[in-house]
Amino acid sequence: MLWRERIGRYGYLAPAALFAASIALVPILVTFWLSFHRQMPIFGISRFVGLENYRFLLEDARFWNALGNTAYFAAFSVVLELGLGLTFALLLNRQFRGRAVARALVLIPWAVPNVVAARFWEWVYNADFGVLNYLLGIKINWLGDPLWALHAAILADVWKTTPFVVLLLLAGLQVIPEELYQAARIDGANAWQLFRHITLPLLKPVILLVLLFRTMDAARIFDLIFVLTGGGPANETETLVVYAYKLLYRTLQFGYGSTLSVAAFLFILALSLAYLHQLRRAWELRG
Amino acid sequence: MDLRFENVSKRFGERLAVEIPQLTIRRGEFFTFVGPSGCGKSTTLNLIAGLEEPSSGTLQLGDRRLTHLPPHQRDVAFVFQSYALYPHRTVFGNLSFPLELAGLSRESIRERVRQAAELLGLDPLLEKYPRQLSGGERQRVAVGRAIVRQPQLFLFDEPLSNLDAPLRAQMRKELRHLHQRLGTTFIYVTHDQEEALSLSDRIAVMRKGRIQQCGLPRELYERPVNAFVASFFGSPSINLLPAALAAGPDGIAARIGELQLSLAGLDAKILEAGVVTLGIRPEHVRVSREPLPERWPAEISLVELHGGQTILELQLGGFSLTAVERAEARYREGEKVWVVIPEERVHLFDPSTGNRLGADSPGPTS
Repeated sequence: MLWRERIGRYGYLAPAALFAASIALVPILVTFWLSFHRQMPIFGISRFVGLENYRFLLEDARFWNALGNTAYFAAFSVVLELGLGLTFALLLNRQFRGRAVARALVLIPWAVPNVVAARFWEWVYNADFGVLNYLLGIKINWLGDPLWALHAAILADVWKTTPFVVLLLLAGLQVIPEELYQAARIDGANAWQLFRHITLPLLKPVILLVLLFRTMDAARIFDLIFVLTGGGPANETETLVVYAYKLLYRTLQFGYGSTLSVAAFLFILALSLAYLHQLRRAWELRG
Repeated sequence: MDLRFENVSKRFGERLAVEIPQLTIRRGEFFTFVGPSGCGKSTTLNLIAGLEEPSSGTLQLGDRRLTHLPPHQRDVAFVFQSYALYPHRTVFGNLSFPLELAGLSRESIRERVRQAAELLGLDPLLEKYPRQLSGGERQRVAVGRAIVRQPQLFLFDEPLSNLDAPLRAQMRKELRHLHQRLGTTFIYVTHDQEEALSLSDRIAVMRKGRIQQCGLPRELYERPVNAFVASFFGSPSINLLPAALAAGPDGIAARIGELQLSLAGLDAKILEAGVVTLGIRPEHVRVSREPLPERWPAEISLVELHGGQTILELQLGGFSLTAVERAEARYREGEKVWVVIPEERVHLFDPSTGNRLGADSPGPTS
């Protein structure tokens, strides 16, 4: 290859590479770097401490609590969203009068900004004036009760993001050729067997994609919980990112806060890689 | 067992898709529905398969009534144009699927799949996925999935139209051989007249949901009941010319453009028609370099070489004709030639209804 050509090639790539590095790579590297430091600007402390922060992290009960909350929130919300989303997608994929309207209606919660939705649910859950207590005829402090608070947040998240799941699954359903259903019907499949042997296996790549998106999103949940409960009561709803936010911006512990961010980053990365592995296999199987 | 249509019709909303008052497809027959797209042939196949239910009428297989039976209870197998192979299953999995659903034992499934695979030469492909197969192999797997069920009827919906020409010719032969070996009724749908003629024992030509003519391939070609059927079969297609009939000194004569054609053998009753559409197939038009009194002078305006044959476009007095000649004659564009239209090869049709005219014209048969 001519040196001219080579220079041209990298020259063309350079702006995009620089842009990507400046908005993604550099912040990540800086966070890693900070995580090896004890840095508290108000006290003027800034020194390298090696793995000290990580040792502390492993003993930090609040971190393990936050990790547990995050995993619990992610697992429950994603399972519910997938189940509900699949149900709605299957219904909306059928022929019926007013289908276009129904499809548009289902998408509405997704169109609401996160913080607005969180405020709205805060009012729904309000112990004294909330519509939920009014409808159920009871008086529960949903967001203040350690037993209920995290579940209330899960319900709000399910309401908010199930439409997104429906949208992706519906798109996945629509590319399954009608002839496959006809062929399977002639081969003797009943409704359940059609679902089990045609719909589900052919939808699998999209289901995995949905799981990947939703698990990543749920694992880094912040805005909904921050607005609804702020992590309370008694850290019962505090997730990794909420905890990291508090460390970084409330107590200005840039070092340890970064360590926590790195932990959250690795947690989400591990989940994503596991999904991507499955996803690649599922796409390969597709004709 | 014979498949009988009784007053079957299918409507989609207001639109009539299919109307078949009476039709019997005999046991063991290779029967083809042929027609242009939208003529209702695929809908007819779906009605037999149970993918659609007729708006009225009944379908009967032997003494079993098919109408309103779910597809899998009809004992039919379907080969789709797109093959509709299950992409997430291996070839073995595709073949075994109907048998698994029928609840057969592992051993008998393996045995039936093995037999079908052997018959179609699928053995080396059994562990592969559909996406790893060529078009012809996919086609064969689709046929294999139909065979394993040992059905009473095989239904084929344009199974060869996604293949390229050489492969199509080969698969045509294989289908024919398969039919001979299995002896089961094959019901076949295609828009390709050549495929229909070469494969079928009997053919039904459809147009706008109705059967125009049903019969042996030779009958359809030689005695088309109307101008539509006449022009549907044959390549290049039949010459259709407006002609005026009149009584002349030597019997009836047809006037085409500025030329006269003697049709002495016709019954005088035909004169009532006055103006007719005269049909003559290109291979029946005789072209010669020798001038003779009863021959028409013509000029060759176009020569198309097709291997052993050439297709000639001829300009006569006020009209043009297509003729097929052997390539050895070496006709050239611009050459002056002489043309004969043999009277016994002429078809006459009513210009308004398109129906065949003349004493020998058969009605639509079934």
